Amino acid sequence: MRRLLLDGLLHRPLTEPPPVPDDAALAELTQALARAARRRLGRSLSLRLVDAGSCNACELELNALGNPYYDLDRFGIRFVASPRHADMLLVTGPVTRNMAEALRRTYDAMPAPKWVVAVGGCAIDGGCFARSPAVLGGVHQALPVDLTIPGCPPSPTALLRGLLALLEQADAGKMEKT
Amino acid sequence: MTQLDDLIQSGSRIECHGPWPRVVVDRPAWEAAGAALAAGELTLLGLWGETETVHMAVGETGRLAVLSLPCPDRRYPSIGRAHPPALRLERAARDLYGLVPEGSPDTRPWLIHADPYPFLEAEGPGLHQIAVGPVHAGIIEPGHFRFAANGETIVRLEARLGYTHKGVEALMAGATVEAAAQIAGRVSGDSTVAYAWAFVQAVETALGLKSPPRAIQLRALMAELERLANHLNDIGFVCNDAAFGLLHAHFAALREGVLRAADTAFGHRLMRDLIVPGGVSKDLAAPGKEAIAAAVAAIRRQWPLLVEIYDDTASLQDRTVGTGIVKTGLARQDGAGGYVGRAAGRNFDARAAFPYAPYDKLRFDVPVREEGDVDARVRIRIAEAEQSLSLIDQLLAGLPDGPLYAPLPAANGPAEGMALVEAFRGDVLAWVRLNADGTVARCHLRDASWFQWPLVEAAIEGNIVADFPLCNKSFNCAYSGVDL
Ligand code: SF4
Repeated sequence: MRRLLLDGLLHRPLTEPPPVPDDAALAELTQALARAARRRLGRSLSLRLVDAGSCNACELELNALGNPYYDLDRFGIRFVASPRHADMLLVTGPVTRNMAEALRRTYDAMPAPKWVVAVGGCAIDGGCFARSPAVLGGVHQALPVDLTIPGCPPSPTALLRGLLALLEQADAGKMEKT
Repeated sequence: MTQLDDLIQSGSRIECHGPWPRVVVDRPAWEAAGAALAAGELTLLGLWGETETVHMAVGETGRLAVLSLPCPDRRYPSIGRAHPPALRLERAARDLYGLVPEGSPDTRPWLIHADPYPFLEAEGPGLHQIAVGPVHAGIIEPGHFRFAANGETIVRLEARLGYTHKGVEALMAGATVEAAAQIAGRVSGDSTVAYAWAFVQAVETALGLKSPPRAIQLRALMAELERLANHLNDIGFVCNDAAFGLLHAHFAALREGVLRAADTAFGHRLMRDLIVPGGVSKDLAAPGKEAIAAAVAAIRRQWPLLVEIYDDTASLQDRTVGTGIVKTGLARQDGAGGYVGRAAGRNFDARAAFPYAPYDKLRFDVPVREEGDVDARVRIRIAEAEQSLSLIDQLLAGLPDGPLYAPLPAANGPAEGMALVEAFRGDVLAWVRLNADGTVARCHLRDASWFQWPLVEAAIEGNIVADFPLCNKSFNCAYSGVDL
């Protein structure tokens, strides 16, 4: 193990430079923020994920955000265990009837101001499950959605772009305020 | 004459079904099959329904058959009554098709949720209940776990699933095979390659089509990359749940390398929608080959050191060895596949037990261990990842030239097909019946975890609550895959 730790000290980390924020996500986000007209968000953003019936591939890519290549923590963004600590709710999946209540309860448990991000095609409009009576067909059927990140699943880079866009907006808001 | 032969001969054979026989049986034969399952003479491979028929796939070493019992009154003798591994499958068939298993000891709904849900009871002085889920602390799929504990010690665990039920089977009915293949690839996202492969293989068998050799080879290449990426992920996460973040970071980085290679090679990190009925939709070019070879080389470089750390870290072994033991007898009776079965002495891998192309021509071992604990499930994954590396070498080296796709012939009457494909988690069973116009009449996809979840419950008994996340991760059972 000593060798491995030493290697870690001597070599360049795997982490990549942050990607540029996505324009479409940014525009959507600006509107969402204007609509909410809320106070600025702190630099340290806490995320909470609810899988509302995803196939689990969206979770795989959200998890990948924590690997040494993306290392989400360095942006001050982290996934928290309790909705009560979260600023933003990420939702995956087409919102199954069996998850709808748990999803709403999680949202209700979050303190305001709070934002909802629909992650992946299923969360946006139900994806290929939209026709099924077992699903509501997208997060907007259950909660107000502020931002969507398309993809099936969205790659970690696409996820990062969406989240960074939000952070930069929050920062801009902060600068105006002071 | 074996038990299976008797059953096959007692029924009337459905000619349009392949590659294994399907026979329509009467009640006595159905009940005899149930008794043979309970006695351990046969293994249950699946049980599913449709409007007025219940089907059951049963196997012996190297052979299997589907038994179908017509039940116009929507009632049939419960298999789960004497053979508990069938219980949840029967509950699901009841929820989806209204088929009532007569005599079943468990009449609670499974996929259709109607609260309140009566959990099984555990009584005794000092027992308390702990309810967890469906929303969990981490980035994982939803399920509810109900523990009855005495202090720290778990007396009983019962899982309640179905939260991600999306109505997959109903969506597939009536869909074109192309659309249905996409849905199949979204039943369990981490196994998108294996599911799509199982589905199209069942369709191609039904239509009597052989997809071109290059397509078959590329399917296997994708399947092995998928297996490798998932095993790396799981090994890392088990270490993480044992509070050993260092290995988690390294295995996660190796996994990322595999996904990036897949992206370069096939244009999608998880290789989704690339396996289509008749072949594959994307060819492998030189840059892709190089990317895969580079990812494989990177893993081989790091591998001995990482495995050595896993071996030598006492604090890690302290958590994994002897935790969450699955007994061999239970794994056999249950028909548990994947690393769960193979870590507990059940030597079953669909690639070897029911060889399908190209595995019939490839060299690989099926690692088996006896201990059945968290450590054994990690070590099986380590050994299987090594096998996948070797398989990827063989697949890349022997990639034949030729077309990627063969057009599907028309159905010309009733057509039914079946496939058993080894996903990283275990065998995926696909059963499909096609309409005359080539669309899907009925499709059933059975995840390996149907037979693994009950073992989680059995294995955790007597362990402490704090070891549950670790133990559960070592199983990494499917949620979406079994919720359908
Ligand atoms: S968007 Fe795609 S990856 Fe995400 S849950 Fe839906 S099917 Fe799975």
